[in-house]
Amino acid sequence: MLTRRIIPCLDTSDGRVLKGRQFREMRDVGDPAELAARYDATGADELVLLDVTATTGERPHAAETVRAVRRELTIPLTVGGGVRSVEDAERLLDSGADKVALNSAALVRPKLVTALADRFGTQCIVVAIDALQVGEKWMVRARAGSEDVARDAISWAAEAEQLGAGEILLTSIDRDGTRSGFDVALLAAVTSRVSIPVIASGGAQDASDFLAAFGAGADAVLAASIFHDQDTTVGELKRTLAACGVEVRP
Amino acid sequence: MTRSIAIVSTGTANVASMEAGLRRAGAETFRTSDPDQVADAVGVVIPGVGTFAAAMKHLRETGIDDALRARFRSGQPVLAVCLGLQLLGRTSEESPGETGLGIVDLDVVGLPEGATRPQLGWNEVVPSMPGMVECGHAYFANSYCLRSEAEDWQPSHAHHGDQFLAAMQRDRQLACQFHPELSGAWGVALLTRWVGAC
Repeated sequence: MLTRRIIPCLDTSDGRVLKGRQFREMRDVGDPAELAARYDATGADELVLLDVTATTGERPHAAETVRAVRRELTIPLTVGGGVRSVEDAERLLDSGADKVALNSAALVRPKLVTALADRFGTQCIVVAIDALQVGEKWMVRARAGSEDVARDAISWAAEAEQLGAGEILLTSIDRDGTRSGFDVALLAAVTSRVSIPVIASGGAQDASDFLAAFGAGADAVLAASIFHDQDTTVGELKRTLAACGVEVRP
Repeated sequence: MTRSIAIVSTGTANVASMEAGLRRAGAETFRTSDPDQVADAVGVVIPGVGTFAAAMKHLRETGIDDALRARFRSGQPVLAVCLGLQLLGRTSEESPGETGLGIVDLDVVGLPEGATRPQLGWNEVVPSMPGMVECGHAYFANSYCLRSEAEDWQPSHAHHGDQFLAAMQRDRQLACQFHPELSGAWGVALLTRWVGAC
């Protein structure tokens, strides 16, 4: 049976791992390769590497960081940030990525999702959605949360699936770095609209949050702060989840 | 002596991850699109990302398709991963009208309706008899699979919606629906056993 995944996330810029709160107040938390090795050793199921300044800074993702992380990893690596073309994706896969995540570029040019899926297969293409709650709805923000694109997050997730995305990485901007739990309502709204796997992101604090996310239909859960700050390890978290009846890779 | 393994360039795969995995398993690697190198290498890897039609088109255009068929006939070491396993079949629902390498008389079908597609994550692999593949969790990234077993190949199974073929081994030839290069220490151990057989 397919197990639920725990995915540490490395937000990087200029070869360092950063972590912020609601996409702001970035602080340095370490070296990407060192953190990757630690998470691999403690039972992470995958790793996500997002260059958080690639799009806003208009420069490509640092392939060197991807290579350094790949050398440390025996598990899958998803890379995102600044992917704007098939060539960008090819370069990342050639540097050590196994999946590529699209965000801003997919909003501007939805056909890019289809072009990438046709070339590399849907299982290789992740569409990352940064959602901000506005009244009763969740709206998509582009360019690392800085730009309002006037799109409903739920319908964009459904459209991304139709375009060829194999997975949705769903981040609640409101919860990012706050440790106030995942936005379970957002998660349930998206998982009920799409049939591809959904990774929940933003707000993880403890095992009960992960249980709630899985209960809302998440296939995987992404977290950064709690692992970077060593509040817990992936292994410890998995043991707690397993004791609660969640199927995880031992 | 360090064994130098040829990785078939398909232009669509996570080749860097495969290289890293094989290095951990004690091998050196090189990428090739040359059928003569595919014929002569001590071991050949058909890596795993891309669509069935795109990969077959590339193999035909380079003449690697015939070099691979000859390797399979002669029993030389081959490792086929994910899409690589599916390319051993006759046809695939992913690319109607396209023909595979036809190493096994099986057709690639979609994972069952109701199961999350693509299957992305770790699933338990259970071999039907002792061989290179041992019990453990492996990383899968697939929407299509082989459902039945091929004559003369030792099957391993996993379950996603229904039982499917997780791997098959015939002596020094191994085909995995999962990604051994992404399957942690368990995957490194499997790659090490295959490299050791090359």
